[in-house]
Amino acid sequence: MTSARPGPNHIVLEAGEIARSLTRIAHELLEHNKGADRLVLLGVPTRGVPLAARLAARLGEIEGRTVPVGSLDVTMHRDDLRRQPMRSIAATDLPPGGIDDQIVVLVDDVLFSGRTIRAALDALSDLGRPRAVRLAVLVDRGHRELPIRADHVGKNLPTSFRERVRVSVAEIDGVDEVRIEGDL
Amino acid sequence: MRHLLSAADLDRAGAVEVLDVAARMAATQQREIKKLPTLRGRTVVNLFFEDSTRTRISFEAAAKRLSADVINFTARGSSVSKGESLKDTALTLEAMGADAVVVRHSASGAPHRLATAGWIRGAVINAGDGTHEHPTQALLDAFTLRRHLVGEDASGADLAGQTVAIVGDVLHSRVARSNVLLLHTLGARVVLVAPPTLLPVGVGRWPCATSYDLDGVLAGDVAGPLDAVMMLRVQGERMNAAYFPSRREYSRRYGLDARRLRLLPPHAIVMHPGPMNRGLEISAEAADSPRSTIVEQVSNGVAVRMAVLFLLLSAASGPASGPATEIAKEIVP
Amino acid sequence: MTAPGHHLLRGVRPLGGDPTDLLLRDGLIVEAGRGLAAAGARVIDGDGLVALPGLVDLHTHLREPGREDAETVETGTRAAALGGFTAVHAMANTEPVADTAGVVEQVWRLGREAGWTDVRPVGAVTVGLRGERLAELGTMADGAAAVRVFSDDGRCVGDPVLMRRALEYVKAFDGVIAQHPQDPRLTDGAQMHEGDVSAVLGLAGWPAVAEESIIARDVLLAEHVRSRLHLCHVSTAGSVEIIRWAKGRGIAVTAEVTPHHLLLTDEEVRSYDPVFKVNPPLRTADDVRALREALADGTIDVVATDHAPHAGEDKDCEWADAAEGMTGLETALSVVQATMLDTGLLDWAGIACRLSAAPARIGRVTGQGRPLAVGEPANVVLIDPAARRRVDPSAMATTGRNTPYRGRELPGAVVATFYRGHPTVCDGALATRREES
Repeated sequence: MTSARPGPNHIVLEAGEIARSLTRIAHELLEHNKGADRLVLLGVPTRGVPLAARLAARLGEIEGRTVPVGSLDVTMHRDDLRRQPMRSIAATDLPPGGIDDQIVVLVDDVLFSGRTIRAALDALSDLGRPRAVRLAVLVDRGHRELPIRADHVGKNLPTSFRERVRVSVAEIDGVDEVRIEGDL
Repeated sequence: MRHLLSAADLDRAGAVEVLDVAARMAATQQREIKKLPTLRGRTVVNLFFEDSTRTRISFEAAAKRLSADVINFTARGSSVSKGESLKDTALTLEAMGADAVVVRHSASGAPHRLATAGWIRGAVINAGDGTHEHPTQALLDAFTLRRHLVGEDASGADLAGQTVAIVGDVLHSRVARSNVLLLHTLGARVVLVAPPTLLPVGVGRWPCATSYDLDGVLAGDVAGPLDAVMMLRVQGERMNAAYFPSRREYSRRYGLDARRLRLLPPHAIVMHPGPMNRGLEISAEAADSPRSTIVEQVSNGVAVRMAVLFLLLSAASGPASGPATEIAKEIVP
Repeated sequence: MTAPGHHLLRGVRPLGGDPTDLLLRDGLIVEAGRGLAAAGARVIDGDGLVALPGLVDLHTHLREPGREDAETVETGTRAAALGGFTAVHAMANTEPVADTAGVVEQVWRLGREAGWTDVRPVGAVTVGLRGERLAELGTMADGAAAVRVFSDDGRCVGDPVLMRRALEYVKAFDGVIAQHPQDPRLTDGAQMHEGDVSAVLGLAGWPAVAEESIIARDVLLAEHVRSRLHLCHVSTAGSVEIIRWAKGRGIAVTAEVTPHHLLLTDEEVRSYDPVFKVNPPLRTADDVRALREALADGTIDVVATDHAPHAGEDKDCEWADAAEGMTGLETALSVVQATMLDTGLLDWAGIACRLSAAPARIGRVTGQGRPLAVGEPANVVLIDPAARRRVDPSAMATTGRNTPYRGRELPGAVVATFYRGHPTVCDGALATRREES
């Protein structure tokens, strides 16, 4: 008997699961860092930015204080600009306190080859010297090409290399969901 | 966009994109570490057939801050002193693997020729050709205008509703040609002010107004209240070809001095592409006044040229796909 | 067995009229009419072909002596034959300048040795084209080359006194001054037509008035001294008006237009491709329209190619450094067909007049530009007006690769050219040179 593998283009995470994942990650972060002290959340554009904002809000609710949050554009640090169609450059906004000696949590939607995060680490090193850098992602789909791993994962999602993982967030796409789109 | 040869190569969206990217680039230049790895391994050649230290330095700084390898190639190329031909120079650059060629030439159309004759494959950026165009100067002027007149956070905005006067030797000015095209594309009103001898035959077909009366334009009687006035460099030698009778008369009729400065609305800015002829087209009071953006134009030049290099060189230049790419992760709505 | 030099052109249409046969023998047209007997002549099937008198170019740059890398008398006259020409006028701006009997006779002799067309040297008006003193016009006229057309082409005879004297002086031997009308001061550094396009491209302008002011001056001079005046490559609507006025007054002025000024406009310069750089420059669509009308109504008398081949490096460069000029011999007839015949402005008889009879008359060329009639010299070109061809510079006989029509499809093709009864072109390809008998 074959398992009923859903057809191409199916939803793997719905809004409720996404919300629960973010709440869980928020708790993990607090536990791991023993509170929100020194935490700075930086979302990686495009969809890492609203996810970081939501995570910061969760942390704020739990801790009763504001957690600094910003965005980190990595476009100009990518090593694959030649291979990719041109991407527009997004904003890098650091919280007023900066990142020196802080614990920076990079937030992205999907972890795949690891190249985006490598670029983010390079970009960070131009901006200051954090005490530590952590990585939180909503989905880890495997297929790493660099020695990079996430500290906090919403959902591990085994995929075929040729599949596409599409994350939608309400702030940008009007809906919260994660889809797998079939072989291209 | 493969090359940047003319301000007309940019439509409104393309021009706004350059300004937006330039704003991001400018932000990185406020940091302690100004250098970005973006164009590592890429080669940018500054091919200057005409002296222009300030433009060459600006492009060089832009390329280096994006980590490109920069080769400066200063050549003499005029019909008077026949050096190596443009074609042979181009073939040399091609053999060196230039990804982008920034070209300055005394002959109008030389960058166009370089881009279209099939001699090289790299992107060609016009850094000023004869009396034709100087598109990156127009972009940095537009960037400066947008910052001052629209605001620091003007992402996505054009220059609609702004009125800019460009004053001086329009006939011989590549800056004026590029600015008329670009400012029009961005929705601004342009009025050219010059003695009739220094306006080209055919200017009536340009998307701008013209006037011979500087006082009237500054006072808002001709094109409405100004938001900016851009003074063009005038070469004193022009009087030998009877374009005007004397430096003194030119200055009296078309120079921006303290009295004329006071005719401008309080918010209006004073621009000059440099180098200035103080005392001819602009007085010290005007050049050094708080409304002058002349020094700021220089630093904006680096950001704008970084943006142009980035946009031309990061555009897909080879096959996009391959097993090591993240194509399946990229979410392009 | 066919007799050499005997050709029967079967079923050709002289001047586009009804089909007939023409028998060529010993350099003459000896019989005309339907159903002629071959009588040992080689028969050419002329079905559908138009027959015109061999074309005569009043304005050709053969570059020899001095710039044999750009063209020679041999290569230039091969190109001429392929274009349907049986006579060309070789311009004087060679190195050395054709301002002495020695140089013009050298060119004349090279033309005879080449054997593809008559080569009629043009003598310089002033020594070295410098516009300072008259060259020995009479000596050139009296010599073997029998020069009748004098021109400083490439330079204008700017000095009004010198121009007056030249106009007067050549009357003694029925010569004509062919003026290159260009006020030098108004065109100092000029790169293209001054107008809307030059304003955008930032190229220094060559204003129409620089041509028109010289034409106005020279027609008045010609009237005053009662001389013949010929105007080279007229390019503006204003020039046409002045010439029309002058002819109305009975002034003995003739004028030529080039094929490229009948077809191309300054819009082409937007490419900055120096193949479009030419002097006088390409003008506007309004000028093109006026020139076509003037050619049709006879205000402009002739089409002259101003064939100006250049070495590759003189065009493979930036616009300002590029040489001025375009090749034209091998495309002239097609361009005239496209602009004048296919538009209904001229019929084939009109084209024969503008490209053969009138230039021969102005240049005082004997044995050229004659009617296709019995007893006349057998200078005949056969044209397939229904053919279409794509212009390929590398397939041309001229050394110059600077045709502005590269890749363009043009109507009509020269199928055969008979030069004094000898086929220099057969089946659209070069045949053999005519050997002096």
